[in-house]
Amino acid sequence: MLNARKEIKLRQLITLHVNGERCEVAVLPHHTLLEVLREDMGLTGTKHGCELGECGACTVLIDGIPMLSCLTLPVEVQESEITTIEGLEQHGKLHPLQETFAELGAAQCGYCTPGFLLSGAALLHTNAQPTREQIKEALAGNLCRCTGYTKIYEAVEAAAKRIQGGDAS
Amino acid sequence: MTKQQRVKAENVHPPYKVIGTPRPKVDAYSKVTGRALYADDIMLPRMLYGRLVRSPHPHARILSIDVRRALELQGVLAVITGEDLPQKFGILPSSQDEYALAIDKVRYVGDPVVAIAALDPDILDEAVKLIQIEYEVLPALMSIDEALAHPDVKINDEARTGNIHKAVSYEFGEVEAGFAEADYIREDWFYYEGNNHAPIEEHACVANWEPNPSDPVGGKLTLWSSTQTPHYVHRELSKVLGMPQSHIRVIAPDVGGGFGGKSDPFSHEICAAELSRRTGRPVKITCTREEVFLIHRGRHPVKMWIKTGVKRDGTLTAMHFRSFLDGGAYGSYGIATTYYTGALQTVTYKLPAYKFEGMRLFTNKPPCGPKRGHGTTQPRYAVEVHMDKIAHDLGIDPFEFRRHNLIEPYTRTINGLRITSCALGECLDQVVERSGWKEFRLAKQSAALDHENSQAETTIKRGLGLAASSYICGAGKPIYWNDLPHSAVQIRLDRGGGVTVYCGATDIGQGSTSVLAYVVAEELGIQPEQIHLETADTALTPVDLGSYSSRVTFMAGNAAIAAARKLKDQLFEAAATHLHVAVERLHAAEGVIFDENDPGVTLSFAKAVQAAEARFGALVAAGSYAPPEGIHGDYKGAGVGPSPAYSYSTCVAQAAVDVETGEVVVEKLWLAHDVGQAINPLLVAGQVEGGAYMGYGEALMEQQIFRKGRHKIPSLLDYKLATTLDTPEIETILVEIPDQEGPFGGKEAGQGPLNPVIPAIANAVYDAIGIRIDEVPITPDKVLKALRAGGQGKGVGPRPTLVATEAPSPWPTRLISWQPEAMKPVPGNGNGQHSDAGMAAKRGVS
Repeated sequence: MLNARKEIKLRQLITLHVNGERCEVAVLPHHTLLEVLREDMGLTGTKHGCELGECGACTVLIDGIPMLSCLTLPVEVQESEITTIEGLEQHGKLHPLQETFAELGAAQCGYCTPGFLLSGAALLHTNAQPTREQIKEALAGNLCRCTGYTKIYEAVEAAAKRIQGGDAS
Repeated sequence: MTKQQRVKAENVHPPYKVIGTPRPKVDAYSKVTGRALYADDIMLPRMLYGRLVRSPHPHARILSIDVRRALELQGVLAVITGEDLPQKFGILPSSQDEYALAIDKVRYVGDPVVAIAALDPDILDEAVKLIQIEYEVLPALMSIDEALAHPDVKINDEARTGNIHKAVSYEFGEVEAGFAEADYIREDWFYYEGNNHAPIEEHACVANWEPNPSDPVGGKLTLWSSTQTPHYVHRELSKVLGMPQSHIRVIAPDVGGGFGGKSDPFSHEICAAELSRRTGRPVKITCTREEVFLIHRGRHPVKMWIKTGVKRDGTLTAMHFRSFLDGGAYGSYGIATTYYTGALQTVTYKLPAYKFEGMRLFTNKPPCGPKRGHGTTQPRYAVEVHMDKIAHDLGIDPFEFRRHNLIEPYTRTINGLRITSCALGECLDQVVERSGWKEFRLAKQSAALDHENSQAETTIKRGLGLAASSYICGAGKPIYWNDLPHSAVQIRLDRGGGVTVYCGATDIGQGSTSVLAYVVAEELGIQPEQIHLETADTALTPVDLGSYSSRVTFMAGNAAIAAARKLKDQLFEAAATHLHVAVERLHAAEGVIFDENDPGVTLSFAKAVQAAEARFGALVAAGSYAPPEGIHGDYKGAGVGPSPAYSYSTCVAQAAVDVETGEVVVEKLWLAHDVGQAINPLLVAGQVEGGAYMGYGEALMEQQIFRKGRHKIPSLLDYKLATTLDTPEIETILVEIPDQEGPFGGKEAGQGPLNPVIPAIANAVYDAIGIRIDEVPITPDKVLKALRAGGQGKGVGPRPTLVATEAPSPWPTRLISWQPEAMKPVPGNGNGQHSDAGMAAKRGVS
């Protein structure tokens, strides 16, 4: 029998901090964070559309900064706080962006949505009142094939207002 | 805040509680929280991973396949080749030309040859390297003209003559007389390059075989797949696996976008099923992005020639249209696509005489199929640019020219299609008014007179372009012609007040599951959120043919109304007894059934369900829908084009062209869509905006190009999808004049709005720089070349893709001549008369 398992492919035990939880996980060192989140940790809310850093569907937050999990190795982010879509909701309460994306039709097939939400959340964290142009700039790394983006901009604007405690409609 | 505007007919219906109100989709919260489960998210115990080994050659004979070394690799559990699945299949009964794995020959780079199942993807990587396939490379034909020029190189045996897969030829009305009557005749060639759907979710499936030795079939198979058409996957799996449909269950979980790209039964679905059957373990196959480009089924490249006659006042007298489709290596939906390139020309403008010749060629490229606008997008582009040219030639405002020729509601076209509701005129007026079309033209004319100004101008030239379009609300005929319903819905009421709706309709993001909930909620007077929805599961849900041809809202919506009304009748009968009120006076709204004369007399929905269950027994009802008869002509081939209704769309595009760089920036799109009645205006606007975005990408940047037989750019980095920074501002106008037969008056919105966008942009580019490109996509290099070669206002010599295709003479199929007067009248409906019979006029609504 031929053996595909070369020595380099032995699993390694590492610690990741995901959505506020400390997780010990045995990973193959060449597997990406995307693969580890989805396949080893069951966090399937993080999506993939290319595995080459082109579509933004696999966006997660690493210490609050949107990163492509398909281009990140888990060993690089052992010291970091990782947030996936499953962690955007806190104690059963949705992030305002999750509410407005649902209410305003910003998610159609929903497949790119986790990536947009995390990019959007990072934007609103650093810029509470972004202009339409700033929203476009911040979301330019996420591809959506359904919406034409209009409803996504409107949802980000509405969430910004909601966070500011302004108009809740 | 939001850009969508609504233009509504007045006093046409009682106030609805649910219909017409913006609200979240029923699955919105599962999607924004990451809970939604797509096919690749499904992980089963002991699951294996599968992969297909694909051909590296565009055309080759398979001399030998050696899988022994792969089978010896630890962790590889099964390897199969073509001879293990020797039954041909295909989506159309008339195009059964695919094998799950190639036998004898491969026909495009990406044709699947071997399938492997292993413990994990890393082992698959190794196993693929150990598969040895010996090929004898054959000459490859990579374009329409090459396929016509080399009939000796036979790509696919389905072609009777050379590489001609299908040829059609029709004449409706007196075409020669029409041209003789014309004051002006124009001819043009156009080329539409074609493109991929590029849904963000790559195709994926999980197959699970559960053996049962006491069953003569040996067990049951379940397949979860990112498909738009579980019903047809069900059919084809049964055929290829040689298992009865009764033992196969196909489920479409959440689907991450389709746009037509997930409407064929695919090799990876069949192979996953077979690998699961052989290993007795679940098998998952997830395609890579490159594979999505290779399995394709995208928009056909089409070369088109149009000749149109007009009177001096702009009245159309005759049109002759020819299309040559580059079909790729297999049939897919291509025969239907071929018909669609010709069938709907008559549905937008009144054509008194029309000749259509279409031809699909096999080439050594990934098979083409249906993409949003299926087969109508390419001719719509060509016809709308051609119309624009004629308007300019005649010195008529392109808006007035179109307005003059509009099809009228409740008429019949020259090729026999029944037209019912049509708000095309209103759509045209809306986009022209909101875009400032007339003012822009006036300003441009005065600027043109004002020569000293033009010296100081920048390199940016602006223009406005206009286009109109129409689309079907569901195909009038099913893929397999039979008397069965196209869509069916079952509803079960629980004595606790629970409502469960079962329907095969497949939500690919367009919101079909939500539409079912809204329709049933409106009928039963409850909240949509209260309803449980089971969809797209061949073991649980009655058949809906699938999410294609923009059919689901119209057909499943009507089936849902029919089912809900049966239950409502039972609830009202029981409530009437309980409340001592005549049935005719009862209404259902906001969770209660009440007396309309005395709204204080109420019975809660749950109580009414209990009273009805006590009286009638278990409360389950079914409704189904099939399109009416007599909505098309009675000639062979008349089955493609008819629809129970047509939607209409218009678009104005504002483009800025940089004459130094050739770059085109679309600054704004105004899009008006005749949707009949918006079931949920938020979702309709979302479809319109999505269509506008996709049309924009097709017009300017999406390229389906090949080099040395290979797809040149099969990745999302090189294949350009419009980002937030590219996509123009979109102003959506929903025109709501209810259709008599649509569910609550609703019509489609998923596909139609894409069609006018591409020609509107092309016409805007011309308006800006005075030069026509006549080819899609309009990339900066083409614009620059045209500017340099053509100078001011002059056309340029044809590019290679626009060299006239020599039409085979005679056209390789018999001409069918048909006159609408020859058609036998259909009693009761379908003769283009505005029927008050409404629902009753439909066949099979029960």
